[in-house]
Amino acid sequence: MLADKDRIFTNVYGFQSWKLDAARARGDWDNTKALLELGNDKIIDVVKASGLRGRGGAGFPTGTKWSFMPKEPKAERPNFLVINADESEPGSCKDREIIRHDPHKLIEGALVAGFAMRARAAYIYIRGEYIREAETLFAAVAEAYDAGLIGKNACGSGYDFDVFVHRGAGAYICGEETAMLESLEGKKGQPRLKPPFPAGAGLYGCPTTVNNVESIAVTPTILRRGAEWFSSFGAENNRGTKLFQISGHVNKPCVVEEAMSISFRELIETHCGGIRGGWDNLLAVIPGGSSVPLVPAAQIMDCAMDFDGLKAVGSGLGTAAIIVMDKSTDIVRAISRISYFYKHESCGQCTPCREGTGWMWRVMERLRTGAADLSEIDMLQQVTKQVEGHSICALGDAAAWPIQGLIKHFRPELERRINEHSNVRGGDLSPMQEAAE
Amino acid sequence: MADAVHIPDEAQTRARWGAFAWNEENQRKANEILGRYPKGREQSASIPFLDLAQRQVGAETQTQGWLPVPVIEFVARAIGVPYMRVYEVATFYTMFNLAPVGRYHVQVCGTTPCMLAGSDDVLAACKNRGLVKGGTTPDGLFTLTEVECLGTCANAPMVQINDDNYEDLDYDRTVAVLEALANGEHPEPGSTIGRRASCPEGGPTSLREMVDANHDYRGEWA
Amino acid sequence: MPKLKVDGIEVEVPAGATVLQACEAAGKEIPRFCYHERLSIAGNCRMCLVEVKPGPPKPQASCALPAADNQEVFTTSPMVKHAREGIMEFLLINHPLDCPICDQGGECDLQDQSVAYGRGASRYDENKRAVTEKYMGPIVKTIMTRCIQCTRCIRFAEEVAGVEEIGAIYRGENMQITSYLEEAVTSELSGNVVDLCPVGALTSKPYAYEARPWELRRTLTIDVMDAVGTNIRLDSRGRQVLRCVPRINEDVNEEWASDKTRHAVDGLVRQRLDRPFVRRDGKLVAATWDEAFAAIAAVDHGGSVAAVAGDLVDCETMYAAKALVRALGSDLLEGRQTGMDYDTSSMAAVNFNTTIAGTEDADAILLVGTNLRWEAPLVNTRVRKAIKKGAKVFAVGPETDLTYKLEWLGADLSVLGDLPEAVVKTFADAKKPMVIVGGAALKGAHGAALKLVETLGLVKDAASTGSGQGWNGFNVVHMAASRMGGLMLGYAQKGGIADLTQAKLTFFLGADEVDFSRFGGFKVYVGHHGDKGAAHADVVLPGVSYAEKSGTWVNLEGRVQRGERAVFAPGDARDDWSIFRALSDTMGVTLPFDSFAGVREAMCAEVPALREQGLVTFDWAMPAIDGKASGVLEGYPIKDFYLTNAICRASPTMQRCSAELIHGETFAEAAE
Repeated sequence: MLADKDRIFTNVYGFQSWKLDAARARGDWDNTKALLELGNDKIIDVVKASGLRGRGGAGFPTGTKWSFMPKEPKAERPNFLVINADESEPGSCKDREIIRHDPHKLIEGALVAGFAMRARAAYIYIRGEYIREAETLFAAVAEAYDAGLIGKNACGSGYDFDVFVHRGAGAYICGEETAMLESLEGKKGQPRLKPPFPAGAGLYGCPTTVNNVESIAVTPTILRRGAEWFSSFGAENNRGTKLFQISGHVNKPCVVEEAMSISFRELIETHCGGIRGGWDNLLAVIPGGSSVPLVPAAQIMDCAMDFDGLKAVGSGLGTAAIIVMDKSTDIVRAISRISYFYKHESCGQCTPCREGTGWMWRVMERLRTGAADLSEIDMLQQVTKQVEGHSICALGDAAAWPIQGLIKHFRPELERRINEHSNVRGGDLSPMQEAAE
Repeated sequence: MADAVHIPDEAQTRARWGAFAWNEENQRKANEILGRYPKGREQSASIPFLDLAQRQVGAETQTQGWLPVPVIEFVARAIGVPYMRVYEVATFYTMFNLAPVGRYHVQVCGTTPCMLAGSDDVLAACKNRGLVKGGTTPDGLFTLTEVECLGTCANAPMVQINDDNYEDLDYDRTVAVLEALANGEHPEPGSTIGRRASCPEGGPTSLREMVDANHDYRGEWA
Repeated sequence: MPKLKVDGIEVEVPAGATVLQACEAAGKEIPRFCYHERLSIAGNCRMCLVEVKPGPPKPQASCALPAADNQEVFTTSPMVKHAREGIMEFLLINHPLDCPICDQGGECDLQDQSVAYGRGASRYDENKRAVTEKYMGPIVKTIMTRCIQCTRCIRFAEEVAGVEEIGAIYRGENMQITSYLEEAVTSELSGNVVDLCPVGALTSKPYAYEARPWELRRTLTIDVMDAVGTNIRLDSRGRQVLRCVPRINEDVNEEWASDKTRHAVDGLVRQRLDRPFVRRDGKLVAATWDEAFAAIAAVDHGGSVAAVAGDLVDCETMYAAKALVRALGSDLLEGRQTGMDYDTSSMAAVNFNTTIAGTEDADAILLVGTNLRWEAPLVNTRVRKAIKKGAKVFAVGPETDLTYKLEWLGADLSVLGDLPEAVVKTFADAKKPMVIVGGAALKGAHGAALKLVETLGLVKDAASTGSGQGWNGFNVVHMAASRMGGLMLGYAQKGGIADLTQAKLTFFLGADEVDFSRFGGFKVYVGHHGDKGAAHADVVLPGVSYAEKSGTWVNLEGRVQRGERAVFAPGDARDDWSIFRALSDTMGVTLPFDSFAGVREAMCAEVPALREQGLVTFDWAMPAIDGKASGVLEGYPIKDFYLTNAICRASPTMQRCSAELIHGETFAEAAE
């Protein structure tokens, strides 16, 4: 188990105050000026050396991402940092804890990261439904301004840096970085075409980097404790500590910071009181938020919870949002409900996602009750392949993968339902389309 | 709400809301919001303004609030953007109500993590209390909506009622929350089983020093 | 200049070109729905996916991907085929199978591409989506269930028409294209979205269920609704023009047409003059051609003969009338029906010298007394383009919505002599400055506007139009299709139409806007519609409309264009030129041509500039006129965009547009 002294988010459960003085007492904003004095490029180098990979799901190396920003921004085209707090991936609930219990880690990280990439301001885009969390964040930002930590001459560094909070209004797709920029500009959150990439033309057409809350919030601690400290956790290529979020059929669902590459079994046993009904009762796990394929019990139990470990079992770490399903789960319904989610959250812009998500969900609903033909399993698989890789953003992929995972691992279950349904034809097994209301 | 809704009669709506303008406090807030965006980028304020406007409508109607067309147009004028562009935004984001809602907007999360944890029971509790999905109770008290993941998965199942979350629900605790609201009380938001945020039930498995004191771990850094 | 390979074929494309353009350069067809050359790139239909190396292991949207050196593009690989089939299937799953009753049938991109790239059968077993119709106005009919959400219409409205009234509401599979609150789109260019729509979601309301494309005969001609000279195609069946669509001409109308150009054609079969009339006892009664000619021949004109050209007539008609007037011993010709008498001694001083396409390059524009949006909608779109490239626009005149942001300098014309500092500064910094003078200002401020040529430095380098060299920023925007041709043919008197009022015999060539009470002599109306002119005439001779004749028109920039006859005129109507030829016989002054080719040849011999199609070169010369301007403009000449001539006034569609869009009437149908 990760030692408490090596945990970054020490107030993750909010037993103590989030406010500035309390945060300072825990070590935040401790001579931040000295961190900035490392210099832009040195900060980026340390973050690169730490092995930090983006915590928002894609796992792109954070320092490398920062290095794409122009080194000499023009006055009329300043660099921007946009912090993605649109935590909407089903299963994910870590950024919420950072924002409501440790907001100053985020704000300090915004300054440090923003400074490193020569940004003039950071916008924190927080999902609209995090209403109380946003209230806390607004208040924390105000505290930081009042204390001179951000704004003109931030922390006495001579660097001017603003932090603004922008609330969304209910759209999962705004977690996609370019949709987020559109939304920040006051439009519908429809992803942009890439290229141009945000580092070239992002917010208001200016160079922009979009980072996840956790990626930003861990930065000051990495700088204080050094790249080696951070990279001492986790396996090669999967370094650092990470907030895991465990929901579903464990005895004690929770959010907890652990070392990367911890095994699934250790994570669940240490923090979640084990699987409901014991390990034999484990059916499957969605290890990285709703968009990654599920992993059957046997493969996940001793899997390393990191990017490479989960990739090896055909899934992904995503946001480390672990959805645990025991044997009481209607696995088809669980995935179908995810399909409904993607249908509901498709922005409607591009054809495969707009049309495909609805089609996939409708077939899934019939597979749930078995009111389908055996050949439709293969057809559904093909439809997922027609969506995957063909849409503007990754939502199409995200909608396809859970279904592919289901078909891969639970095909016999799907066939069983279809066969049973055709045996009891006439019984009341019509698809429950209630979710469509 | 993304699903098509019935927008109330336009003439009636215009008569009631045609003269909508910020009240004094919201005017101050609106100015503050505009200050967050560069000059010439006032369109960025569309979402915050719509939210503010919906809240003002809510305050005036003793509900969670909604966005009548004249109010959307007011927002569009305030940021100098064609009506159509702001109307699109209002219809795109689920938090904007295009039709009136009740005093309490009961938004039950039904996405998989909540579903696994028993959101069916939460919905059943709502149903048995007389709430109907997509509708408002005859007394105008509750509007029920099944929503998608609200990012509270470690405390599932949950419901967001206006600005507050009620988490770790089951059938009985859902009924209790609804009853309390119906009785004019304001039940304590958060976990309904007394859990501290997303800490494992029964006490933390880590960071135990933090429970009683604002512990500074820096002294233990190697 | 990136060099890349498309299916093994090496191509070099201009920097900034997309992969889609590179594929076209290589002769490869790339299917698409959302992509349109004249609109911004949306990349949303995903039909144009191609395989590109180097790149991610998935197909790329070629419409949005910049072409780059050493790319290898594959347009027929299994990956691309799979992608296209998939997209095609998705587009069709919720598309209704109503092709047999769809007006787009036969010219539908979705039909064509599903045949070419689709799988041939549907696997979709669920219910199809239905979307309610959206009211968009009198021109555009919507069947939104057919919509494939390509957003071309939204982009056109925003980018070209400048009217942000079309949008997409809701999201995901519920996303719907609609006009704002399902109200009429208040654009004079709305009909273009019908052409842009790749499916049958937006179709032409007046043309609904009229014909199938393969039934139509297509004739290429020139529009006469304004002086832009929009290149059009008239689609006819039998004797009737069923629709009018624009042709592509980059120099003139790109590929747009105004709603008036498109939809006034239903006025061609209404209110037509199909036989001669002679006034007897104060009433017009039907007559034979002989009786009508005899009545004219009986007029004792003593050489006091005049001709007034209407706004729609072609050069050949004007020339034939001129020849007759001349043969009868007169040279009283005028085309400016409403009494304008601006100096025409220098054609360049009354021409749109910058050219329509050249307008896009202007960096400073001053509009003087013009409601460009109504007087020349397709010049207005060019001004919008110039603004997009950074031009600053100022205007003198009563404020009106021109669809773009500009700075109004008031309606007092005297401001031309004392322009604000900001205007002077902008023009001083401008490389390509432009002044556009409209009809409202020609009366009192032609001279003052011409003076700006010097003070604002409007003419740069080689001072001529048509040469492609230099820059001439002085422009007059005319509103009549016949104007420039008429001026070249001498249809202008020093005192304007006032010089003609005493004539004993006057021919009105489709002239309906004249103050007839000032004409005391014998009035002969030669035209095609029973409008104001015919009502005031002593003899009415039925001629033909622009759809029923071949002819030459010169647009406002001095571009000679020729059109062809699409249909035959109704009843006893005759070609205009032949009317004058026959009449000349009766009057004993036989004209020296007896075929249309003969008229044209005689005309071109007299005005050689009319011989070749294309821009006429008018050498720049400053007329000697007073440079003072005063007076306040009260309004613009066009009071109702949709009812500017006899054809429009006879058109039910234009009447409906006027009632609804200008006068704000609502129609029960709107509630469908």
